[in-house]
Amino acid sequence: MSIDIPVISCKNVWKIFGPDPKKFLNNMSDDMTFEEIRAAGYISGVRDVSIDVNKGEMLVIMGLSGSGKSTLVRCFSRLHDVTGGTIAVEGQDIVSMSENDLIELRRSKMGMVFQSFGLLPHRTVLQNVAFPLEMRGQDKHTRRERALEVVKLVGLEGREDYFPRELSGGQQQRVGIARSLAIEPDIWFLDEPFSALDPLIRKEMQDEFLRLQQMLNKTIVFITHDFDEALRLADRIAIMKDGAVEQCDTPDQIVLHPATDYVRKFTEDIDKARVVHAGVLTQKGVVGEGDALDAMTTVHDMARMLVNDSREMIPVKNGDSLIGAMPRKDALDILLGSEKNEF
Amino acid sequence: MSSEIVKIPAGKGYYTDFQLAIAMVFIAIFMILLQYLGSLPAWLYRVPEEIIPNFAQWLDVIFNFVKDDLGVLVFTRFLTGGLEWLLDFSANVFFGKRRFPNVGPMPWTAVAAVAAVIGYYLGGWKLALLGGGTMVWTALIGQWKIAMQTMSVLTIAAPLAFAIGLSLGVAAWKYPWVDRVIKPILSVLQTLPFFTYLLPAVIFFKVGPTAGAVATTIYAIPPMILMTTLGLKKVSSEVIEAGKMSGCTRGQMLRHVYIPSARTEILVGVNQVIMLCLAMVVLTAFIGMPGLGAKLLAMMGSFKLGRSFEIGVTIVLLAVMLDRMSKAWVIKQPEHFERGTPLWKRHSMLLLGLAVFVGFTLLSLVIPFLAEVGRGQNFSQGKELDNIIKGFLNIEWVKVTTGFLRAFLNVQVLIPFRNFLLSIPTPGFILLVVAFALSIAGRKEAIFALIFFSLVALSGWWDRAIITLYSVISAVILAALIGLPVGIFAARSVKWSERVLLICDTAQTFPSFVYLIPAIMLFGITDIAVIFSILIFAMVPLTRYTIEGLRTVPQEMTEAADMSGATRIQKLWSVQLPLALPTMAVGFNQAIMFAFFMVIIAAFIGTQDLGQELQRTLAGTDLGKNFVLGICVSLMALTFDFTIMKWAADKKKMLGLA
Repeated sequence: MSIDIPVISCKNVWKIFGPDPKKFLNNMSDDMTFEEIRAAGYISGVRDVSIDVNKGEMLVIMGLSGSGKSTLVRCFSRLHDVTGGTIAVEGQDIVSMSENDLIELRRSKMGMVFQSFGLLPHRTVLQNVAFPLEMRGQDKHTRRERALEVVKLVGLEGREDYFPRELSGGQQQRVGIARSLAIEPDIWFLDEPFSALDPLIRKEMQDEFLRLQQMLNKTIVFITHDFDEALRLADRIAIMKDGAVEQCDTPDQIVLHPATDYVRKFTEDIDKARVVHAGVLTQKGVVGEGDALDAMTTVHDMARMLVNDSREMIPVKNGDSLIGAMPRKDALDILLGSEKNEF
Repeated sequence: MSSEIVKIPAGKGYYTDFQLAIAMVFIAIFMILLQYLGSLPAWLYRVPEEIIPNFAQWLDVIFNFVKDDLGVLVFTRFLTGGLEWLLDFSANVFFGKRRFPNVGPMPWTAVAAVAAVIGYYLGGWKLALLGGGTMVWTALIGQWKIAMQTMSVLTIAAPLAFAIGLSLGVAAWKYPWVDRVIKPILSVLQTLPFFTYLLPAVIFFKVGPTAGAVATTIYAIPPMILMTTLGLKKVSSEVIEAGKMSGCTRGQMLRHVYIPSARTEILVGVNQVIMLCLAMVVLTAFIGMPGLGAKLLAMMGSFKLGRSFEIGVTIVLLAVMLDRMSKAWVIKQPEHFERGTPLWKRHSMLLLGLAVFVGFTLLSLVIPFLAEVGRGQNFSQGKELDNIIKGFLNIEWVKVTTGFLRAFLNVQVLIPFRNFLLSIPTPGFILLVVAFALSIAGRKEAIFALIFFSLVALSGWWDRAIITLYSVISAVILAALIGLPVGIFAARSVKWSERVLLICDTAQTFPSFVYLIPAIMLFGITDIAVIFSILIFAMVPLTRYTIEGLRTVPQEMTEAADMSGATRIQKLWSVQLPLALPTMAVGFNQAIMFAFFMVIIAAFIGTQDLGQELQRTLAGTDLGKNFVLGICVSLMALTFDFTIMKWAADKKKMLGLA
């Protein structure tokens, strides 16, 4: 498969809940707002969303509860049938896919982690993890072997025979993660996987998750309502409100150039210095003086240097090659707030 | 008769439901007065014989058509063959009936030991003692064989009811149209008197254990359906989605995801199936099924109260044992074993069960007493108990009390009440019931009440229906007079609430039949005994829901009352009771349903109500009449059920408790 076909590509996707959503969508005028649709007795879970997810990318979908993020992901995996629009997974149209093909797709390509874990209470850790393998008819021996492997991967060795109710929340979610990885999926959906955990465990699980992702390098759609989590993990963030995507961009761009008031409100309290990288502030072709900075350095990390340095333009390198230079003032503005904001 | 009701809203425009109800009550009173003055025309007093349609005959025609022309009888008799084989099998294993596989009977000691092991596995030493103890008591008191006759049918009927109920439950959950078809049938089935189950079973499945097993099975199916659907609907959406994302096909979803996740509700259903089966299997004595019920019937019939009491204790012990064990199974959760636990240790309970079974079986070969308690070897104290009971009844104050109750309550209160109800003209009575439904529930319920009671009037069994209703109403009122204060008192402390609730729980597991025993003991074969047996049966839900209603009043509200300086009585009257009322109404409703159930059984003592007639139809093959009578009872019960439940639901919504 060529690298430039997106893994998931959705165009003008609508998901409407109500008595006869298909008919409603066909007769509806394009500019109806969320409230107008609701007044008509329908709920627009997803409104006209077009988004691509590229191979190996981590797309974080972010929004408050009821913004439609979970619904959108359930459309990607066709846990929900969409009302309008098209969704293609690796070039295959999944909207019109037959039930058998869909089951086959899920058995071979998709894994999903749920907010409240969704573990089967009557099965042990090992049996839960082996469940997807069992469903696709793998023999007992191989599925046990594979399940043991994944259980070890998520650090639950020695608890294979426990039942979900005998584990803590964090451990239960590790089981959920292990189960979703058992079939070695190409696409990994995570629906607020850490929201049900307390803050300390959440941090630990995020680190664990990043470690896994570095090892596995999967295409990921990750849902969260926690902006810090989104910034920490994402390659790109899609911010949703009332079922529609307000902005979909890299964390730096969202923080620096919020597209709508709604996004701006979201980003207001964010410490931009921890998000913005040198690479984003770099002006191409401009030559600076002295030692070069790495493009991945955040403003926060270079703070001490920024204050002590006196250069106007600081050169930036990506790996070993120079890509341009960054105006020190721009970086300082981000660190301290721009001058006019001071008064 | 219905013209008055229609005229009022049509003629004068808008009236509230309440005004309508008042108008109906006035018309009813007017009719009653006319009747007493002797100027009410006879055709308004009772539906004239000439216009009563012969429902029974029509039903007979339909039944005969279904039975013979459609060939259903051939089909059911074919089913009988398979069922009979199963029953013979279990009969051989349990009490040694000479049939395939000719291995039985199991020695009582072996059964007792296995019961103890199962009890221990499910709930520790207490249940082990209960399981083993029940079996030892049964054997030593000399009732082993009849108890095993009952158990042998139970072990076939309960799994059958479970399997059918589960499949229908799944179907009702999966296909909305099945749900729509099943729901009304279930609500009728649950109010249909059990005699109505028995006769069709006899006709389609022969007399004896087979018919008994069929009636028992059908009787136990409805709660299994309800619990299955409830459980499946409650499975969390994430578990369902996890199953789908794991690539489950529809069949795999059901087998590996839905049913295991609904385990708790399904097991609660199993508990109810077992309890209903036991209750019914005892009652099938009326169609000649041998076992505990038949023996109890015979003993009560010949007034051998001591033996009746012993059999009653056996039935109660069996009921409590089955109930506790199946409930323990509901809450038992799987536990993991440490890695490397050897196989024998993982299955230690199974092995222990096998070991004690084999051990005692071998031992019983050497010591015959351990295999079977022979005649004359048992410890039954029937005669002595008889004497004790007689002695007790002859104690002066007991004699005075029962005598007073018999004389005063019967002559001064109950009989005049009955005669008054009978003197109300049929249309007047219907109006009163409709007014009741209209004022507390709504128009829909009122229309149901009108239709249902009109049908009862047209059935031609009005007087007997009224006597049935009279027994129900008087027993429930008396039960309320005792049960409500007990509930209110118990609800005052946690300790007493728990104690009384435990008693209620236990009492509710007793098969209804045993409630006749104390009634006959105290009052002999009289009307009072009937009322008394219904009364104690109906008191259980009343007390129970009163306590539950009062205990679940939100704490802030009682605290608010305390801080407003309310005295205990003020708090009770103006805060706790109003809030507990909807829950108490559910208890009241259940008491009425129980009363309708019991009044039919009490026909055994000898009454003049529908139950008596129903019981008579069992002797013949009067299927049509049997159904008409059964449906009369069901219609009356449903009227109350609809009305009271609607009221309770409205009230709950209004109070924001739902």
